[in-house]
Amino acid sequence: MAGMGGRMSTVIKAKINKLLDKAEDPGETLEYSYQRQMELLQDVKKGIADVVTSKKRLQLQQQKLEQQVVKLDTQARQALAANREDLARTALERKQFAQTELQSLDGQVQELERQQQGLVDKEQKLRTKIEQFRTKKEVIKAQYSAAEASVKISEAATGVGEEMADVGLAMQRALDKTENMRARADAMDELEASGAFDDNLQLGSGGDDIDRELHQLTEQSVVDDDLARLKAELGAGTPPAGELGAGEKRAEGPS
Amino acid sequence: MIVRIATESQYRLPDEDAQRLNELDNQAVEAVEAGDEERFRQIFDEMLELVRSDGEPIGDDEIFESDVIIPPSDLTFEEAAEEFTGDGLIPD
Repeated sequence: MAGMGGRMSTVIKAKINKLLDKAEDPGETLEYSYQRQMELLQDVKKGIADVVTSKKRLQLQQQKLEQQVVKLDTQARQALAANREDLARTALERKQFAQTELQSLDGQVQELERQQQGLVDKEQKLRTKIEQFRTKKEVIKAQYSAAEASVKISEAATGVGEEMADVGLAMQRALDKTENMRARADAMDELEASGAFDDNLQLGSGGDDIDRELHQLTEQSVVDDDLARLKAELGAGTPPAGELGAGEKRAEGPS
Repeated sequence: MIVRIATESQYRLPDEDAQRLNELDNQAVEAVEAGDEERFRQIFDEMLELVRSDGEPIGDDEIFESDVIIPPSDLTFEEAAEEFTGDGLIPD
């Protein structure tokens, strides 16, 4: 339909218009269906609440992980002090894994905050435009002939209708994002339940599924560095920090 | 010319910008068709920047229908591709 000029934008515009056509005549919607507008505003409110709930849940996970990181670091220290490098390594691997998750969570929380703010702004904007439309409609009716007024009101209604469609789109996108993060949060909870961040590192254990998985997930070098750091701090018979690059002393992980 | 960045705001843009916007739009289409994500992102960002820097935001109390609607700024490349072949952001 559209030529090369403005193809991308035209596609979206056409679709929004189609959406409006389908929805009902925006003029009529706005003239008569106060309820429809309130429903949409309610939907947006619900959408915002949804985003906030997800955000809070992620923040809770953040807190838990932060505690885990501290705990695992302490455990690694204790393990090393007891000459159990294998155990220390496992603890540090878990710590590294938890830290990676933490970073990812930080990003997600920020994203949800952006979404939340965006929806709050859009809701306010829509509310203002609807109110403005009500006022404007009366003014137009008073100032213009019936035929002219009808055209002008319809124009304004299309404008508000576009805003309504845009709010709907913003909400849908925010909820899609929230949904993705929720799935991830579920996975995290499951992982936690399975003991991936378990703080009871049993002596002699370390060969179970979680550990094997962790080995794969973890960047060994980070753990090596971390281990070397702890050793240096504890002075546990390893080279000082300056010689960390040598790598000869790297012990095998738990088998 | 009234331009909307979907899910954000509307702007009043000088008519002289229409030509530039059109060029960028065409280039964006080409980049999508060529599967060149990096180029698409670059052009799309330029489009958004043009509207944001040259445009004057339309007040919440003003009501206009847009002449042009630009997709949301967080549009993914996959979504951009769908705009031309599939259902697009808003399903049919």
